[in-house]
Amino acid sequence: MLKSRLFWPVIILLIILAINLFFDPGFFKIEVKNGHLTGSLVDIVNRGAPLMLISIGMTLVIATKGIDLGVGSVIAMSGSIAAMTVVQGMASDTSLTPLFMAIAAALGLSLAAGLWNGLLVSRIGIQPIVATLILMVAGRGIAQLITDGQITTIYYEPYSFIGGGYLFAIPFSVYLVAAVLGIALYMTKKTALGLFIQSVGANPEASRLAGINSKNIILLVYLFSGFCAGVGGLILSSNVSSADGNNAGLWFELDAILAVVIGGTSLMGGRFFLMGSVIGALIIQSLTTTIYSIGIPPETNLIVKAVVVIIVCLLQSPEFRQKVLRPRMKKPHKKEPENSLNEQGVKIS
Amino acid sequence: MVIQLKRFRVVFLMLLIIVLAACSSTNTEGNTNSGGEGGEASSDKLVIGFSQVGAESEWRTANTKSIKSAITDAGHELKFSDAQQKQENQIKAIRSFIAQKVDAIVFSPVVETGFETVLKEAKDAGIPVFLVDRAVDFEDDTLWVTFLGSDFVEEGIKAANWLVEEMEGVDGDINIVELQGTVGSAPAIDRKEGFEQVMAEHPNFRIIKSQSGDFTRAKGKEVMEAFLKSDGENIDVLYAHNDDMAIGAIQAIEEYGLKPGEDITVIGVDAVKGAFEAMAAGKMNVTVECNPLFGPQLVELIEAHFAGETLDKRISVEEGIYTMDQAKELLPTRKY
Repeated sequence: MLKSRLFWPVIILLIILAINLFFDPGFFKIEVKNGHLTGSLVDIVNRGAPLMLISIGMTLVIATKGIDLGVGSVIAMSGSIAAMTVVQGMASDTSLTPLFMAIAAALGLSLAAGLWNGLLVSRIGIQPIVATLILMVAGRGIAQLITDGQITTIYYEPYSFIGGGYLFAIPFSVYLVAAVLGIALYMTKKTALGLFIQSVGANPEASRLAGINSKNIILLVYLFSGFCAGVGGLILSSNVSSADGNNAGLWFELDAILAVVIGGTSLMGGRFFLMGSVIGALIIQSLTTTIYSIGIPPETNLIVKAVVVIIVCLLQSPEFRQKVLRPRMKKPHKKEPENSLNEQGVKIS
Repeated sequence: MVIQLKRFRVVFLMLLIIVLAACSSTNTEGNTNSGGEGGEASSDKLVIGFSQVGAESEWRTANTKSIKSAITDAGHELKFSDAQQKQENQIKAIRSFIAQKVDAIVFSPVVETGFETVLKEAKDAGIPVFLVDRAVDFEDDTLWVTFLGSDFVEEGIKAANWLVEEMEGVDGDINIVELQGTVGSAPAIDRKEGFEQVMAEHPNFRIIKSQSGDFTRAKGKEVMEAFLKSDGENIDVLYAHNDDMAIGAIQAIEEYGLKPGEDITVIGVDAVKGAFEAMAAGKMNVTVECNPLFGPQLVELIEAHFAGETLDKRISVEEGIYTMDQAKELLPTRKY
């Protein structure tokens, strides 16, 4: 079942990457420079890391029929507090202590933000879109307060490792994504948590009657989303060794929602596809990198993006595929009996 | 329930009216409270009313401070009004300046249109108006004395001229990548235009890639990374529409394994502190100034006008260009 859901996103990702090959034959080339891997593909994964992390968090929130509009602001807050902690700690200490203090402060603040969203939605019963809108607006204000509205530059080597460092020739941010994705996959596949989240998203009242503590499940997904945004904020701020309360993570919530939707998770809640969201995030980042490297004029960037997104969404829609693509697609699909079952499964849901 | 809701609405409306009334009354107070000693102005001591747009950015705050202190330091009397981005506040402020019979009005219009009537009133009252930083869009240019502000096209031309001079004697094509500002913004359009004007006369300079970096470090870095991957060693020059994008791109160049400032010549605009730090470290070659500190120049112009000189309708802010060699020396003196 997962396979058929991932099929279209993966195909689209491959098409976007293949388009690059026409313009730049060296696009897929990966070489070792200064002891680490470089190449456009590495860039896409590296730059896409924050979006992938946030999409993972967002997937679980959307699975409970919620939405978290606050993630962009949490990114700004997390980066700002980390930067300010480093700047203040650096004066008295040149060891690694300021780094860990910064990480603790950033994750602490983002968890607090997640807790705030979670409490508003689960305990007070405010609609998610409204509850998280509060933090979307206020969070950026808090970030600007923390940085005093200035772009703060950090001259502290260890801090730049989080978003710009390499471990065994691979960007460190990739390990962070892998770790968070691994935890999320494990918790939702190997424990009952995944089922709980799905059932809360499908019908919170029925889940409560069935003995699931819906409120705590909802609280948990917002906490996790806040955590993911916090890590993403650390990566983004560390990557440029500065904290920008005004622009860091701007519109990230929309990109993350888009990634989740491209990945096949419905905004109506219920079933969710973590791997799909990760691929969705990669599609968005590949598109961005492609636009930069094949030299599309900046005035048309957004239109190109929108056209690709429309195509992706159309291909994702079973109704569209049935009406437009079905006649031609039928034959190859018949060969695999497993696949036709999947199509039915899609229709039922 | 319905009745309660209605009552609540009525109460809310009343509160709103009270609050609004309070706001507008404090505004008029703010505009008039600095009056008083205007009458004793001698021939060289002027009373100058200054209506600023607001305080929306660091640049603007530095600009306000510079103009305010230049006026008071020169011994003139200042009447200041902050419009908080609202045209009606600004019209009110100018009317109050006219009523107080100031000698000159300095004015950064919030929007380009809609000020004809109030500026005519100023003209009829014989008060000269000096536009700063932002222009107005009227047919009748007798309504103001001069417009003093940064010329973004000129900044692009300066950057290009520096580059042409620097690259003199280099044979073959010189490949330039450009990081544009936010699409559609005046500085992005004009800095691109000015740069291209000069480049058009020098066919061996080629702009091979041009993309928006939204004026931010993160985007500047990301776009530069993609440029490096597609064009790599072919890139000779980076022209960024502001220093922040240049700083982000410098990091990308370093990570790619090239030396910014040596392998790739880096040009920025704005002359913010970060650019001086980068230049002092030898990673950036030049930055063209976009100066908010034109208070002293403004006061000179006002004094020149009262001394009977005729001024051009458009005067550019005196802006320098700073190179790597000057950076270390100047770094401690940078205010913003």
